Amino acid sequence: MFEAHKKIINTEKIAYWIFLVLGVMNVGFVLMICVYLLIAGTPAIVKVGPIDFLFGTTWASTAAQPKFGILPFILTSIYGTIGAIVIGLPLGFFSAVYLAKMASRKVKAVIEPMVDLLAGIPSVVYGFIGMLVLVPGIRALFGLPDGSGLLAAIIVLAIMILPSIIKVSITAIEAVPEEYTLGSLALGANKVETIFRVVVPAARSGISAAVVLGVGRAIGEAMAVMMVAGNAANMPDSLFQSVRFLTTAVASEMSYSSGLQREALFSIALVLFAFIMVINGILNMLLKKGIKR
Amino acid sequence: MSVASTKRKIYKATMLSLSNICMAITVALVFFLIIYIFVKSIPYFSWELLSTSPSYLKGTIGVLPDIMNTIYIIFMALVLVLPMGVGTAIYLNEYSNRPKVEKAIEYCIETLAGIPSIIYGLVGMLVFCQFMGLQTSLLAGALTLMIMNLPTIIRTTQESLKTVPQSYREGAFGLGAAKWRVIRTVVLPCCIDGIVTGCILSVGRMMGESAALLFTAGFAHNLNGFFDAMHSAGATLTVALYVYAKEQGRFDVAFVIAAILMLMSLVINITATVLARRIQNKKGE
Repeated sequence: MFEAHKKIINTEKIAYWIFLVLGVMNVGFVLMICVYLLIAGTPAIVKVGPIDFLFGTTWASTAAQPKFGILPFILTSIYGTIGAIVIGLPLGFFSAVYLAKMASRKVKAVIEPMVDLLAGIPSVVYGFIGMLVLVPGIRALFGLPDGSGLLAAIIVLAIMILPSIIKVSITAIEAVPEEYTLGSLALGANKVETIFRVVVPAARSGISAAVVLGVGRAIGEAMAVMMVAGNAANMPDSLFQSVRFLTTAVASEMSYSSGLQREALFSIALVLFAFIMVINGILNMLLKKGIKR
Repeated sequence: MSVASTKRKIYKATMLSLSNICMAITVALVFFLIIYIFVKSIPYFSWELLSTSPSYLKGTIGVLPDIMNTIYIIFMALVLVLPMGVGTAIYLNEYSNRPKVEKAIEYCIETLAGIPSIIYGLVGMLVFCQFMGLQTSLLAGALTLMIMNLPTIIRTTQESLKTVPQSYREGAFGLGAAKWRVIRTVVLPCCIDGIVTGCILSVGRMMGESAALLFTAGFAHNLNGFFDAMHSAGATLTVALYVYAKEQGRFDVAFVIAAILMLMSLVINITATVLARRIQNKKGE
């Protein structure tokens, strides 16, 4: 009798420790990612000099006198992300409002899975379609020698962040208490005014979380952008310029890089990681604020 | 008065039409993507393409190795991520009695969910391929995918653990069962649906992943058995699509791969939706 009891207690203890270790391993993975990125990424920044590295305008990694300035990539990533938000946010926001407040239950049941599908399509497929439809389209429309560039990347990114913006906005809008709507209607506002002047402002923090999530998605996307952005290390002077993002700068040279060039690529990843951490911080803050309220 | 009411009417009409137009654009976009890929790829489908490996001698291309690699890597990654993810969720929901540890783990999961795949690819290359000496191989790719998909599995498992009524646990405790036994025999069987949904979502993500696999799993197109494949480099469908479309200009093959991927994401999506509805119904009962 006692033996059996002891055995149970032992199993319980073992189970507890196994689950604790599994949980703590997640912390280990994050630490591993941070440490490896720091170890691999800092040497090049030190060698090139932080100012020259971050604000240098020329990237010529394979030249006889190599230059490692990543300002073009940083600016491209920022412009590309802003562009994607400018196009994707209104589209996603109004779609979310429609789905959350105006669509009948049947329509919603049909359209919501379609939005999920949009989220499930692999990024290379977006890149591929962008390559075949968008790039020639832009070339023909604006009479350019080559259609691949910042504009094509912005449009692809805008489409790719749509589902995240729609999903998170819907959740935010639906979380607004029904009383707000009823109160506004009782005061004589019509349905549309109620939605846009009462419900949407109340869902503000959730919708801003959607935007930040979209920013994170857009800045981290690599493959789709690589297929449509042209990949020349230019400063993003115009919408049609062939450009490289932070992500594509890493991806496009990694396979044949060596020495300082390779170290510099890891440094670019480190800069990208820093951007992402800041964006994640803002996102978590917004989400927590939304839940508290 | 009438000016104000006209203004209100205009406001209403504008906002209403904006919402309708935006929704229409989004829906049209989805239809366009699906129809474009399927219509364009139909002429290129052939049994030969789907059932052979590429051959330099005959100059033919086959996507079978890429399909097999995708299946292998997803299977391996799932086998790795399931115990880790479900275990973490169980710890957080059932065991955790140290708020600080719990907070740290939660924070790390949030961080993991936000890291872009290209960074996973780089770190996977550094850690698994170089430091652990796995070289560029499907196993290294699967390990990378495992870390990437932890948040998905943990979140969905946690969600379904939360739906198990507390009274079930109390009833089992009351009968004298210890914690692990309660979890194993009462709690876990109740949230199988949720865990399966998590798996399906993860399979979707793994299937669509490319940037993380570029440097960890590589580009090779060899047809291998499961265990040989784990040790050797291999392109998944997404990586193959990238290589064929961007680097080799073989749009015919790329279209076929894109159609396969699209079909798979359709199937995964429908399954996930159906499952989610089933869970919702169960909750309502």
